[in-house]
Amino acid sequence: MLIFIRVTEIMMKELTIEAKTDNLDSVIDFINAQLEELECSMKIRMQIDIAVEELFVNIASYAYQDDDRPGTATVIFDTEKDENVTAMITFIDCGIPFNPLEREDPDTSLSADKRPIGGLGIFISKKNMDSMRYEYKEGKNILTIYKQLF
Amino acid sequence: MLNITKDLNGTELSFALEGRLDTVTAPQLESEVKSSVDGVDKMVVDCAKLEYISSAGLRVLLLAQKIMNEKGSLVVRNVSEEVMEIFEVTGFVDILTIE
Repeated sequence: MLIFIRVTEIMMKELTIEAKTDNLDSVIDFINAQLEELECSMKIRMQIDIAVEELFVNIASYAYQDDDRPGTATVIFDTEKDENVTAMITFIDCGIPFNPLEREDPDTSLSADKRPIGGLGIFISKKNMDSMRYEYKEGKNILTIYKQLF
Repeated sequence: MLNITKDLNGTELSFALEGRLDTVTAPQLESEVKSSVDGVDKMVVDCAKLEYISSAGLRVLLLAQKIMNEKGSLVVRNVSEEVMEIFEVTGFVDILTIE
C-alpha cells in the first residue's frame, strides 16, 4: 500500500495557547525554534520576534477583555518557498473583532516630553515585516505577517 | 530573561542590561528606574549585552528619558546594530542621547 505524505505541509507548525502575557516566552520559543531550524539571520529573527511579541501581547491584553477567563490564541508558522523563502506567521483568536492595521501610526518626530508612552508596537511590526494581512472570518481575528528570510 | 546590574556612583546611576527587554522583563527595569532616581542627575543605560528590545522596552526608556529631562540627563551606550535599527525606525534616535 502506498502512503502519500503531503510534503508541502511538513514545515507548518501550530501552537495553541492561553492568551495571556505570561505565555509570551512560550510563543517566542516556538517561533525561534522554527527560525533556528531555517538558519535565519539574527537580525531578521529579532524583527520577527518583535512583531510576534507585539501581536501576541495585543491579543493577550485586549481580545478577551470582556470575558471572565482568557481565551486562546493560535499561532501558525509556515513558509512559502519559491526562489526566496518567506516566513508566514498567522495569529488567530476568537475575541473582539479588531484590525490592528487600521490603527493610526504614531508621530515619531515628537520630542520625549510630547511622545505618548506606548502605541509603538503595531507600528514597529508594520515597519519590520514585508506585509501584514488581516481578516475577520467566522468569529475569528486572523492576522498573518510575512517576512522574507532568504 | 533580563539581568540588570545597577551601579550608583555619587549622583550618577548606571544600569547595565543583559538579555531581553520585552513585555515580560520591562516592568523589572521600570521599577528599578522609578525606585532609584532620587538624587540622581545622570543616568547611563549600557546596552552592550542587550540582545533584544520590543515596544515594552522602548516604553521604559521613554519613561526614563522623561524623568531625567527634569532631573539631568540620560545617556544610552554600546547599542548593537539590531537594537539601533529599532531606535531608528521609531524615531528614538532623536529622543535618546546615544553614545
